[in-house]
Amino acid sequence: MQLKALIVDDSKLARMVLASAFRRIQPEWELIEATNADDALEAISARTVDVALVDFNMPGTDGLELIAKMRKTHPKMPVAVISANVQEEIIARARELNAAFVPKPLTDEALAAFLSGAALRLRKAAQ
Amino acid sequence: MKFGASELSEVEQDALAEIANIGVSRAANSLRQMVGEQVLLSVPAVSIVTRQAASRLVERDNPAKLVAVQQSFEGPFSGRALLIFPEAQSLELVRSIIGDEHSLEDVIDLEHEALAETGNIILNACLATIANVLRRTMRMSLPSVIRGDGATLFDVQGGANGGNLVLFLYIDFTIKHHDVHGFIALLMDLPAITILKAIVRDYIDAIGQQPSSHVG
Repeated sequence: MQLKALIVDDSKLARMVLASAFRRIQPEWELIEATNADDALEAISARTVDVALVDFNMPGTDGLELIAKMRKTHPKMPVAVISANVQEEIIARARELNAAFVPKPLTDEALAAFLSGAALRLRKAAQ
Repeated sequence: MKFGASELSEVEQDALAEIANIGVSRAANSLRQMVGEQVLLSVPAVSIVTRQAASRLVERDNPAKLVAVQQSFEGPFSGRALLIFPEAQSLELVRSIIGDEHSLEDVIDLEHEALAETGNIILNACLATIANVLRRTMRMSLPSVIRGDGATLFDVQGGANGGNLVLFLYIDFTIKHHDVHGFIALLMDLPAITILKAIVRDYIDAIGQQPSSHVG
């Protein structure tokens, strides 16, 4: 089954970095890109999204606020906050939303660890 | 650069330089990961100066045309953090981050995006680490890219609100094997300095009480 990942980041460069890491780690996954919270919410209501990777520092609604909204309709979807803002408070808030925290600059190892955990959870949920 | 005796004590100055050093080292490590080359850092300098003096310090060792990514921060203390390069080097920096496989056209296209995102990562690494070390929370704005001389970058004209004196903290860096040199500067508004002194004092006291905690 081809999995779909939603990438939410206002920075084109950051989306390029993520997409290129995906090509190395999980080339078969389909990527959907959104540049802000509204587009992201529209994307998850319009189609099936299996995993979401969300930047924290975005104009308008920030990544954690976006995930809180996503949780209302997708309480169990594997989600990661991707941010260079490694403050303990931000990481704790991500945990409260049952989201992983992946630090920027993004490394293949960190993304691979999140994606393999996510794929495992999705397989278990499908059983 | 000397402090006024009433401003920061020697030990507070040392502590601030050390905290900045921890933050900037983390930022340098982020930059290192992005460019894949060692990033060499200078010893951090901390001083209380006018915005004009800060801009002169920046202009002294650099060409007049600079490009900076800036983020404002708010919390127990407020100010701005800037990642600054000579404008002529910004394309080289972008190229060192996105890799050699992109054409010059692509590099130029992506310059603004790449600078903003690089600044976002590096300044967040620095500020978030400082916040963690001080056990405080800071809010950071979105990054913006500005171009001009030192006076433009440090808002010498518009600095009237909150007075003209700032806590100026800077550190030089050079990326090995790339012709990229720049520096990270923090400008903190003076009204916040009394608060900052109290926070630094807490940090120093905590070191005294827990010699094995997060020092070094």
